[in-house]
Amino acid sequence: MNRRRQGRRLLRRFIPVGLALPLVAFVLVTFVIPLATMVVQSVHDPEVADAFPRTLALLADWEDSALPSPDVYEAMAAELVLSRENRSIGKVATRVNRIESGTRSVFAKTARRLESADTSDMPASMIQIDRRWGDVSLWRAIVKAGQRYTARHYLQSIDLERGLDGEIQLVSEERRIYKTLYLRTVYVSFAVTVSCFLIGYPIAFAITSVSDSLAKILLVIVLVPFWTSLLVRTTSWLVLLQNQGVINDILVWIGLVDDGSRLALVHNMTGTLIAMTHVLLPFMILPLYAVMRSIPPVYMRAAASLGANPFQAFARVYFPQSLPGVSAGCLLVFILSLGYYITPALVGGAKGQLISNMIAYHIQTSLNWGLAAAISVVVLVGVFVCYFLFDRWVGIDKLKLG
Amino acid sequence: MKTNRILPTLLWAVAGFGSASLAWAEQTLTVVSFGGSYARACVEGYHKAFTEKTGIRIKLEDYNGGLAQIRAQVDSGSVHWDVVDTESAPLLTGCDEGLFEYVDDLELPPAPDGTPASEDFFDGVLTDCGVGTLIYATVIAFNPEFIEGALPTSIRDFFDLEKYPGRRGMLRAPATNLEFALMGDGVPTEKVFEELSTDEGMRRAFRKLDSIKDHVVWWETGAQPPQMLADGEVVMSTAWNGRIFNAQVQEKQPFVIIWDSHIRDTGTLAIVAGAPNLENARKFVAFATSTQAMVGVAQHISYAPVRHSGLPLVGKHAVTGVDMQPHMPTQPENSRNFLWNDVEWWSERQDELTERFNAWLSR
Repeated sequence: MNRRRQGRRLLRRFIPVGLALPLVAFVLVTFVIPLATMVVQSVHDPEVADAFPRTLALLADWEDSALPSPDVYEAMAAELVLSRENRSIGKVATRVNRIESGTRSVFAKTARRLESADTSDMPASMIQIDRRWGDVSLWRAIVKAGQRYTARHYLQSIDLERGLDGEIQLVSEERRIYKTLYLRTVYVSFAVTVSCFLIGYPIAFAITSVSDSLAKILLVIVLVPFWTSLLVRTTSWLVLLQNQGVINDILVWIGLVDDGSRLALVHNMTGTLIAMTHVLLPFMILPLYAVMRSIPPVYMRAAASLGANPFQAFARVYFPQSLPGVSAGCLLVFILSLGYYITPALVGGAKGQLISNMIAYHIQTSLNWGLAAAISVVVLVGVFVCYFLFDRWVGIDKLKLG
Repeated sequence: MKTNRILPTLLWAVAGFGSASLAWAEQTLTVVSFGGSYARACVEGYHKAFTEKTGIRIKLEDYNGGLAQIRAQVDSGSVHWDVVDTESAPLLTGCDEGLFEYVDDLELPPAPDGTPASEDFFDGVLTDCGVGTLIYATVIAFNPEFIEGALPTSIRDFFDLEKYPGRRGMLRAPATNLEFALMGDGVPTEKVFEELSTDEGMRRAFRKLDSIKDHVVWWETGAQPPQMLADGEVVMSTAWNGRIFNAQVQEKQPFVIIWDSHIRDTGTLAIVAGAPNLENARKFVAFATSTQAMVGVAQHISYAPVRHSGLPLVGKHAVTGVDMQPHMPTQPENSRNFLWNDVEWWSERQDELTERFNAWLSR
């Protein structure tokens, strides 16, 4: 009797846990594991170490001022041929090339020619195949790329590198890129958040203060773009904003701008700002509307009856009550902007590119996933910092989505 | 009794199905090219003839050149492309990296008059990993409708924002732009790569690009320049000559090509290392580099054959009947002053310059 009751109680306790299990599994598979893999990828780079274990062991106590000894060359030759056979040589070459630019072709070329090379004097034969084997910097690059765990990608993701003597230094000026992009991303996110707020607040206020039927129509107008594909919305901005586009045509037609000096509204920062503001606007309006709807209109009337003019009533009674919606909308828009990718890629041109476009470039084109992961982690940390600051200043419990 | 009969039938069915799908797999070939009017020219020029002759179905895909996608496939061991249409510098790099199959042992068809292929091809277009198919030019083109006053005539005009205000279209990559920049700055064609090899020359090229940077719209696919010129999005653009030609004759666009200081290069077919249909791919490359195939392409788009026997056979445009010869980049009229792309130079520096170019772009 007692035992059965206990069992039932136990069961009752486990039912909620059991119900939450699918969610836990979902979060684990779609969020925690990929995130962990990404973090590992950003510091773990085993390709070269796996391909050249013997060479790297021999190079462990090599003084990097002179060329390595002939047995290093022999080990290298054997491992080059091996990695050509198992087709890992391309990956290895790519990694060494990232450290010492212009060395990508050395490896496969040498491996192929070694088949018919004289093996009695390996250093000489290898240098004959490619003179760069006689260059200390290639060997240094191999040793560097052979480190299984590396902070290289993090350094690179903030425009730093390790110099020859191991000192951390800024990369040469014409290669600096990431700092500019982080700052630009924060600036764009901030600007988009502000403009979303300036446009969204009056709209949300209007929706709450008009009649129900009109409010429904207005809400649909806000929601329809929200339901439309992001790509469609972004490309429509291309059509509207381009040089011979609708907006320029109208401006020329009403005589605001000269036909010869049409405004450059797209393929630059302006395009990115306009399109992103539009795309993210619903994320501002919806939380604002949800919060505003719960503010009883009697408060405003009470303020008016106590002698406040409409402006005072709004500033001192209404606006403070809508703040949870404002902070929710701003936080949502700001964080979404930090990772925005498609819109800047399509309408941003070269100067409207954000950090996420660089992540995409390293994933798809340069295939430097380690660096892409490192940049992503930097962005993620940025998001956490925003969240933390928000919590400190506003309080996350004040956040209201509806 | 019954089961005795069912089992063999089932086995036959399975075997038949298996071999049918095997046969199906053998009979397709994935060919990757640059899309748009060029890909259409290839389809009309020789893809159809190839399928007709061999029964091998061609699955055509588009890409924007470069090695990234090929590298990704080869490195991950999941190659699904067979034949790729490549530019010559990436071909050389990729060959050194082991991204392409060797085709130097391929038996290429002789010229129609029987001249062996080895003598018929132009010098330097047969390499370890690729067989040349055509000569194309990156040119400056403009739309006279959007230009006031005298029309531009030289590469200097492209960089002259005072004389020709308005936006410019340029390829979103360092290749061709650095060369155009130096030529626009007054460097004679034969000195361009020499100058670019020095630090000061490289800075000079970037400085020249800096002078128009805020007025450049960057293109990535060959179909974009004619589109942007037609829309008035840009007044002048660098472009592949065949794409401009196509817009001129097929869409009746008034575009004009400035042949002075164009950059000439060869297009090549290569086979991705580990291609799933290697044998068919080899057949295809041999077929596609016959004189007839090259002439077939040249009668749809103004890219010149790379066989001696090819050029004289190029006649009229297959659709509009326009005489193709004056539009060929190799035509003496068009060849007064041009730059051959230095493939080795680019193959060595591609990565480094792409990184530098991207950093420059985003500043």
